Amino acid sequence: MTDTPAPTGAAITLSGCGKTFPDGTCALEPLDLQITPGETIVLLGPSGCGKTTTLRIIAGLESPDAGGKVLFDGQDVTQLPIEKRNVGMVFQSYALFPNMSVIENVAYGLRVRGVAKKERLARAAEVLEMMRIDQLAERRIDQLSGGQRQRVALARALAVRPRVILLDEPLTALDAALRDHLRAEIDGLLRRLAITAIYVTHDQAEALALGDRIVVMRHGAIAQIGSPRDIYFRPADDFVASFVGVTNRLEGAVRGGRFETAAGSIAVAGPDRATASLAFRPETAVLCGAGDSGLRFRVEQVHFQGARQRVQLGAADGGRLVVEAAADAVLVVGDDVGLVLDPARFVLV
Amino acid sequence: MPSADRLAKLFLIPLGAFVLAFFLLPMVRLVAVAGSGPNGLAEYLVLITNPRHFGTLIATLLLSATATLATLAIGVVVALFLGRNRFPGQKALIAMLTLPLAFPGVVVGFMIILLAGRQGLIGSISQSLGMGRMVFAYSMAGLFAGYVYFSLPRVMVTLLAAVEKLDPSLEEAARSLGASRAQVLRDVILPGIGPSLMASGAIAFATAMGAFGTAFTLATRIDVLAMTIYTEFTLSANFASAAALSIALGLITWGVLALTRNFAGDRVAAAG
Repeated sequence: MTDTPAPTGAAITLSGCGKTFPDGTCALEPLDLQITPGETIVLLGPSGCGKTTTLRIIAGLESPDAGGKVLFDGQDVTQLPIEKRNVGMVFQSYALFPNMSVIENVAYGLRVRGVAKKERLARAAEVLEMMRIDQLAERRIDQLSGGQRQRVALARALAVRPRVILLDEPLTALDAALRDHLRAEIDGLLRRLAITAIYVTHDQAEALALGDRIVVMRHGAIAQIGSPRDIYFRPADDFVASFVGVTNRLEGAVRGGRFETAAGSIAVAGPDRATASLAFRPETAVLCGAGDSGLRFRVEQVHFQGARQRVQLGAADGGRLVVEAAADAVLVVGDDVGLVLDPARFVLV
Repeated sequence: MPSADRLAKLFLIPLGAFVLAFFLLPMVRLVAVAGSGPNGLAEYLVLITNPRHFGTLIATLLLSATATLATLAIGVVVALFLGRNRFPGQKALIAMLTLPLAFPGVVVGFMIILLAGRQGLIGSISQSLGMGRMVFAYSMAGLFAGYVYFSLPRVMVTLLAAVEKLDPSLEEAARSLGASRAQVLRDVILPGIGPSLMASGAIAFATAMGAFGTAFTLATRIDVLAMTIYTEFTLSANFASAAALSIALGLITWGVLALTRNFAGDRVAAAG
């Protein structure tokens, strides 16, 4: 934390921001959200959950329904159009201007602000250097690869020194290896600049890796706000649990301090319940011999993944689980295995 | 494959005959006629050497160019509006706007007379407003209106397609960087639809250069090249001059089309 610069971004407050489109569809129920300066917040959810609408309201591309307010550093910007808000925006399609070279793209925001040509090109070159793409300055956009375009789009958004940077699924159009690489790069950049960033994605891995906080959205409403750890280990409801990471679920009942299910029973804390379900993450369970635990399953599928094996288990009632095992564990499809669960890492609901 | 090749060669014969009969022969004949008049080969340059013809050429070029620019300007506005907004009856409106495509020049001229002629609607309105009877159908202004009316549907349809293909996030990106509406138009929209602007502009220009029916309907005294060619070979029976003027008209129009095609082609590649 020693070399973290003072936050340069704006604090953003959304209050009562809903969005109903002219045809009557409600894209967003009125929501409140506080974003602290310099924070990276990720809006996560499936398509149609309202995350992009929220981003566009913050950007000024959509206006919230009557009563909704957007504040930047306490100042009401609800009525300001996007061109007056000083936000940087990165689009899924990159939206680079095809009729301009890379450096002209990056300098464009300064050009429309009336910065003299010499100064704006110097400042654009600086940003290109920071993104380590200065060698591309004179290229045309159609001569760039996807990853290069993404860097140019980011450079263009940052060149105007915005109060907040808005990223709308910026990595979705890239292949997996490049995505991981750029994700790490964006993460480093946002932290170094200490700029307020709002990042929209449907990819939970991206959200967990990038976000200081994650806002999980569903059907135009917030399902949960929390740190990546909160979201992953203490999901607020079934939807969050199943959307973020893989969740296993055993159905059964609690009787006399034990959770009883088709596969057996294990000790749990809590009162008796006629119906209960026990949820846990694949990596929190440990496989053992068939007789060494109260739970017993049949191995249905084994996928070798290099560092780990992913194992699908079946219970007597037809329920299925996915767990992980060490790469060298000997697992045979059709064999019975036991399962040990850590009481601190499962949730009984 | 050899048999297919032979078959392909066989098809070349009717194609060759077609080209010869309908393309080369008339052209050669036109060139020959132009050079066979009393002035000999000097006739080819009649467009430049004859001051009256030269004046007509300039007038035709100016008229076609301004009509094209006006058509493009109106076309861009209409295409942007129709491309950006959705409203009930939009499809019907677009279909209606393309109706002039179905009219020959005579009908377009007739409609201009109904609108701006001696008994025209504009005249009646301006008179009732106390501004005197406005009549402009039988002049260059009438022809200008006719050309714009005739070319607008084609230009509009082409530009509408281009506007709808334009990535809306380009405009949003420009605005996020602080660009005003005018700057967005200048830096994003016009370059984005540039190739279509070029292509449809070239067609509108070529149409205006060669249009005859409208001019003939409005007034026989209007000095545009197509009218001059007509009077040269019907009234004056000056076949050589008419042929030379035809060649010149053809070459100029073809040159403009070829030039814009080259230019627009480059722009299309750059936009890739």
